[in-house]
This record gives sequence, C-alpha cells and structure tokens, in this order.
Amino acid sequence: MVLTFKPEGIYCPAGDFYIDPWRPVERALITHGHADHSRWGMKHYLATETAAPVMRHRLGDVSIETTTYGETRQIGGAQVSFHPAGHVPGSAQIRVEVAGEVWVASGDYKTVDDGLSEAFEPVPCHAFITESTFGLPVFKWDRQEEVVAGINSWWQSNRDLGRFSIIGAYALGKAQRILAHVDTSIGPILTHGAIENTNEVLRAQGIALPDTIRVNQEMSVKDHPGALVIATPSAMNGPWARKFGQASTGFASGWMAMRGVRRRRSADRGFVMSDHADWDGLNSAIKATGAERIFVTHGYTSQFTKWLSDQGYDASVVETEFEGESLDTPETEPAA
Amino acid sequence: MKRFAELFTALDQTTKTNAKVAALAGYFRDAPDDDKLWTIALLSGRRPKRGVTTTLLREWAAEKAGIPLWLFEECYPVVGDLSETIALVLPAARGTSDRSLTDWLGIVRDLGQHEVDEKKRIILEAWDSLPPIERFLFNKLITGGLRIGVSQKLMTRALAQATEIEETTLAHRLMGDWTPDKTSFEALILTEDPEADASKPYPFYLAYQLEDLDALGAPAEWRAEWKWDGIRGQLVIRAGTHFLWSRGEELITDRFPEFSMLPDFIPAGTVLDGEILAWDHAADAPQNFNALQPRIGRKTVPKKLLKEAPAVLYAYDLLEKDGVDLRADRYDTRRAQLADLIEDLPPEAPIRLSANEPFDSWEGLAATRETSRERFAEGLMLKRGGSPYLSGRKKGDWWKWKVDPLMIDAVMIYAQAGSGRRAGLFTDFTFAVWDGNDLVPFTKAYSGLTDAEFRQITAWVKKNTLQRFGPVRQVTPEHVFEIAFEGIQASPRHKSGVALRFPRMSRWRHDKPIQEANTLADLNEMLQLFG
Repeated sequence: MVLTFKPEGIYCPAGDFYIDPWRPVERALITHGHADHSRWGMKHYLATETAAPVMRHRLGDVSIETTTYGETRQIGGAQVSFHPAGHVPGSAQIRVEVAGEVWVASGDYKTVDDGLSEAFEPVPCHAFITESTFGLPVFKWDRQEEVVAGINSWWQSNRDLGRFSIIGAYALGKAQRILAHVDTSIGPILTHGAIENTNEVLRAQGIALPDTIRVNQEMSVKDHPGALVIATPSAMNGPWARKFGQASTGFASGWMAMRGVRRRRSADRGFVMSDHADWDGLNSAIKATGAERIFVTHGYTSQFTKWLSDQGYDASVVETEFEGESLDTPETEPAA
Repeated sequence: MKRFAELFTALDQTTKTNAKVAALAGYFRDAPDDDKLWTIALLSGRRPKRGVTTTLLREWAAEKAGIPLWLFEECYPVVGDLSETIALVLPAARGTSDRSLTDWLGIVRDLGQHEVDEKKRIILEAWDSLPPIERFLFNKLITGGLRIGVSQKLMTRALAQATEIEETTLAHRLMGDWTPDKTSFEALILTEDPEADASKPYPFYLAYQLEDLDALGAPAEWRAEWKWDGIRGQLVIRAGTHFLWSRGEELITDRFPEFSMLPDFIPAGTVLDGEILAWDHAADAPQNFNALQPRIGRKTVPKKLLKEAPAVLYAYDLLEKDGVDLRADRYDTRRAQLADLIEDLPPEAPIRLSANEPFDSWEGLAATRETSRERFAEGLMLKRGGSPYLSGRKKGDWWKWKVDPLMIDAVMIYAQAGSGRRAGLFTDFTFAVWDGNDLVPFTKAYSGLTDAEFRQITAWVKKNTLQRFGPVRQVTPEHVFEIAFEGIQASPRHKSGVALRFPRMSRWRHDKPIQEANTLADLNEMLQLFG
C-alpha cells in the first residue's frame, strides 16, 4: 500500500510521513489551512507556498517547509507533489508515487473555478482518496455568477432600506470568495475580526481583495449605513451581531441547499455557495483521475461508497476521527 | 403558480412576523380570487385528496434522476422532506409553464381519476416544466401538508389587512366545512353570512400555561374549573340537527353517536364549548384519558366501545343561545345560562356542567390543585369572571394551571434523525431505565432541548454509534436525561410494561453518571401511585 490509514491519519510507510494527521507526528504533509486538516503539534509541516502564511498565522511559530504546485520531491522511498484542489487559496491534492504506483489524497476540493483559489486539476492515479461532504445527489450547485448576483441584489435591496446585510461565512475561503466577487459599488464592506485577520494574511502574500473595514470596539457601525457585514458563523447569532440592529441576515454554505437547515439557521437568506464539490463534481473528479480504487472520507461516506461500488469502482470507507464540515458542527469555527 | 411561488419565497426568506404578514397581505390584494381562495384553503390545512402514492413519486423521481431507489431513500432523511428531496434530485427543468395555482390544483385534484401511466406522464411533465421552488410546491400540493411557517392566525391577520374586514369576523367565516370547489372568495370571505351554514362553529378560545399566579390579582375576580384531559369539542345545535367539531376544525359528529339525542332536548341555535370525555356513569366522574384513546381517530364506533367508553360533553361555555352570539358577554353571564340549560336536561343526556371549584385564596386553590392527579385531572383552568369569549390563543383572561409533571432520570440508548427543520440533527431519542444490570427502553422523547444541545448531542451520536438499524442508531449508554411526563399507564405492548403521556426531555443531566439513572422499580412505583 502506498498509503495506509492509521489512528494518527493517512500514512505513507515508504516516506514515513502523514497527510493531514489529527494527532502529533514527526512529519506532516498538509493539504490546506483549515483547522481540521492543519492541526497543531506536528514537528515538521510541508504545505504549499500559498497555504503556509495562514497556517503560520493560526499555528504560531512552527516549522513549515513550502513547496510549489507540481514540484516533485523525494521523501524516503516516495515521490511527492502537490496539485491544486480548488478548495481555498493554497489548497492541494497530494500525489504520492511509490515504485510506479500513484495515490492521490484530495483533501477537500471543488471542481469549479471560484476565481480566487488555484483551480482544481485532475491528477491521474491508481487510487484516489476523496472527500464526500456533499456526496448525495440532492447537492447540486448553481453557477457562481448566479449565487453572487443573488447576494448583490439582497445587499442592494437592504441598502436601499437603510439596513445592514450580515452574511455568515467561514473565515478562510468563503469570506474571501464573497469579497472577491460582490459588487463593491453597492456600499462599504465590514468584516469580523477573525475574517479580517485572515484577509490581512492573504493580502500580504499578494492575493487581491477589495477594501474592507474591521469591526471593533472603537468604531461606530452607524458610520457605514447599508454596509455588507461579513461575519463568522458563530458571531452571526451572538451579541456581536446585535450592534447592527434590524439587519437582514444571510448565510453562505452548501448546506443552504436544504430548507430545513436554512430554517434552523434562522437566517433570512441562504446562499448555496460551497467550497466543496457537489454530487456531479465529486463524480466527475473521480472519473477524471482514472483511478480504480477509491477511498471515501469526510461526509456521506457509506452512501457515497455504495454508489461508487454500484458504478464498478473498488470503493471503501475510510473512518476518520473528525467529520469535517458537518451540518451542525458545534465548534466555533467549522472548516469550510 | 409564479405569484404563489413568489409569496412562498418571501415568507420563507424572513423570520419576522410583520414581514410575513405584509407579504401575505400583498398577495391577498393582487392575486386572482380563485388563487387567493386556494391559498387560504392551503394555509388553513385544507387540501385536495392525494391522487398518487408517495411510493410511486419516489420511484419516478429516482428514475428521472438516474439514481437507484436506495440512494433516493438515503437522501430523504438527510433532507427531511419528501417534496424537497424530489425537487432537489431531479435534473433541471427543460420547459416552462404559466399555469396558475388553481390550474395546478385542478391537475392535482384530478390525478386520482387517471391510470398509473397517465399519472406518471402528467407528473413527469410537470417536473420538467417547473423551476425548483415551483417544483417543490407542486410536490407539496400532491403530497399535502404545505407548512410554511404561517399560522391560521397570521393568515387571518393578513387577510384582514387586505380586505379591511375585522379579524374575528374573518376567523369565523373561515371556520367549518368549506372547500374551494364549493365556494368562492367573494362568497366565503367578502359577502358570506355565517348563518347561512348551519354547521359553522366559532373559533375556539385557547389558553396559555399560567406564568405568574401573583399577577392575577384578587381571587374574587377568577373562577376555577378542573382541567380534564379529553378532546376539546364544540357542539353546534342548529336547524334540528347537531354538529360536533374538534379543535382542529374536524367534523367528528359521527364518531360520537351519543350526542345524536341532543337536538331533542336542546333548542336549535345553541352552541356549547367543552371537553369530550370518556365517562364513568357509575361514579359520575371522568375515566382516565386512556379510556378515550380507542375512540380517537375511529370513524365508526363498535357497540362494545360505546359501552366501555361512553362519551359526555363536559361543557364549560355557552357561545350561542337562541341563535344569538353570546361571546361578547361576561363569562359569569354565559355560565349562568349554561347552568340553567344543563339543569333542564334529563339525566341521560350526555352533558355535564364543568363546575366552578370554589376558592377564596390562591394558597387554598394551590392545595386543591395538588389533588389533580388522583382525580385524573391535568390541573385547573382559571378564567376571569368578567371576560368575553375570545378567538384563538390569547393571554390574560384564561389560563391553564397544570399540575407539575412527573420526572424520571433515564439513559439515552437509541437516536434517530428528525425531519423538516430538524433534518440531519439527531432529535428523536429512546430512553431506558435500569432493570438489574440491563437497560430497559421505556419511552421516546423528541423535544425539550435547545438547538445548541441538539447540535452537541448530534456530534456526539455520530462518534458514538454502536450499531445502525436503518435510520436508528444504537449509541453508547453515556448520557442521562431528566424526562418529564404528564401521566403513566400500564401497557402490555411495551417491553417496560408502561406507557407515558407527553414525555419530553426537561434537562440534560450532565452531572449524573448512568449508574444513577432511575430503575424499572421506580417506574412501577409511579404506576402504582398515578396509573
């Protein structure tokens, strides 16, 4: 086996390293900077150049070596390279080749180009480890332009009524994806501190984002009437959001495809925007790898594995300790 | 259907009551009359008969989506709504349709007349001509049960805004046995004379649970009645016949043939409000609620049941006398007339007066209330002597003062996902008590936790599943919950030998290890005391 599944995480015996481990190990290859993939406590990290700054910001002073997309390096008996996963800026699929056999661990991915992250590239392989966050046929995303147009018209109509528009989005990825595409001529954009911290890191590494105003104690939000407010999901229903008065609330996530979840979130609007592949995206990505063996993690694993088996793949479930972005993650900052 | 879909979207996109009322009022101002009437019907729980089974809808949707049926069935509990699951799995529509809500309802209503192949053709064509929201609504029209977060009260308020007719007048006009096929917006809402329909009941006045006894003021202003647990009913006697309505506005006359003798004794133009109870004629007291259970939902009553569980109307209010609406009168005035009316009836008439329980202090009444359980009563009702009979659930003049629930600490052993707004969250749990070293399941409970607690327990269930039985997960016995319930009965159908009434989770006992949960012996003791 090129890669095996151990309690610590995905392991490569030939190279003696782990991919996205959830327990402290000597050497960790990290697909992207979200907290459930990039955990604290590894002795050495390896990640893409684009992913590293956010990781440093979140993990503090740790040893991170960087690589560029497509660059091949030898680790022990394994040849390793990182390839764009399209999930968030710097996210990667990790290709591992041992004695001519190629495995790819996808991390989280989406197949559509969001105009912010490096676009997904299929990597031919023998075995593919795929996520399945949205691995059911009820999840089919609208085109990004349509979703963004929906956000713009919602913001515009709120602004016309003199109301704030508060949109909930994860601090790394979704928040910047919204920022990068909304019509900034509508009004000013305010951001929650956790999001602005990430914005600053990304701007410093050369990723262009429109101007934003950090919400803090000293400022008066009334100076920015009709602003779009980008908030973390946990701040949406808390005291932080109250300073915006009778604001309209929205939430951007793939889960918003389901009315039950929308109602439970008790936001006025749900925008179906995900950084994960939808049903068609998962199926097309898997097909494009040409892989025969598929390992399914994170999400609707049992259902998606059965579906893939029906389609003739040699598919199996990989149990992970953490479920990734689930419907109702109790933690304050779920991975996007 | 586009206008209706716009209305639905507007309602669905806000959690604010005023915005919902405004959206509805706007619709009632500009939609075509026949669509308005159907919208009122749908929002008051009236719907066309289902013309196709959901089994067939599932099969056709899976086939059209190009997925196996098992995968469709896996999607359903995740989405938590069949109509929505179908709308989501189907490929994008290729055509469009300009049919109105009423047109579509006509199609839905007539579905039942067609052979299966024709039904399928009609439904597939509909799916292929409707954008996602309209497709979802179409499925809702077929399967029934369109719930869009608008109560009848809210709808009536919006209708009042749009028509400038009094809300209470409208509430009354909307009662009863009408369907959109048999009336029109003009006739029902704008011009209808309530007297024209002899069966028409009045809107029920509903009470809230008492919040603050001290706020009630002087005891002398208040009347107390026992609150029995039966079926709330309104008995309408007009034009030489009688009609019995349940609180859910269901006509249940035929289920209680006992009352058919009443038009012989009670003059036409009389409307009584009360509780239908199974009566113990020997003791002249109500039976346990359990006795009435077999009669609920039964359209015809076998003789044996009539004998075992004879019904009476335990009358507590008089809404109409000699054809005159008394609702604006004082409670005391209505009650005096009610007492006179019942006093004149022969003893075999199945009506009892809900007597006022005398009291002169709240402390004294509280002591009386403590005897509720032994009388099979749920507690007391408090009514202000000077109050009119209002429509719907209103605070201030009527209060339920129920006895405190019974409690038991139990261990969670199974979990199942909820539906609708709770889809994908584990919200339905099975609880057990100790029997020696075994955990014996004895009840299910679904409510009582906050959304945050449900999220927390959901994350825990996912990581602590021992076995899956279809949608049900067996979990590690680890969490103790306090279960509150209203009553307990022996039940040979249940493994534990008991059945609880209205069980719910009152507290998550983070402080209790499972060893300290209650036992089957504790439950049996409660059964002895209160069963």
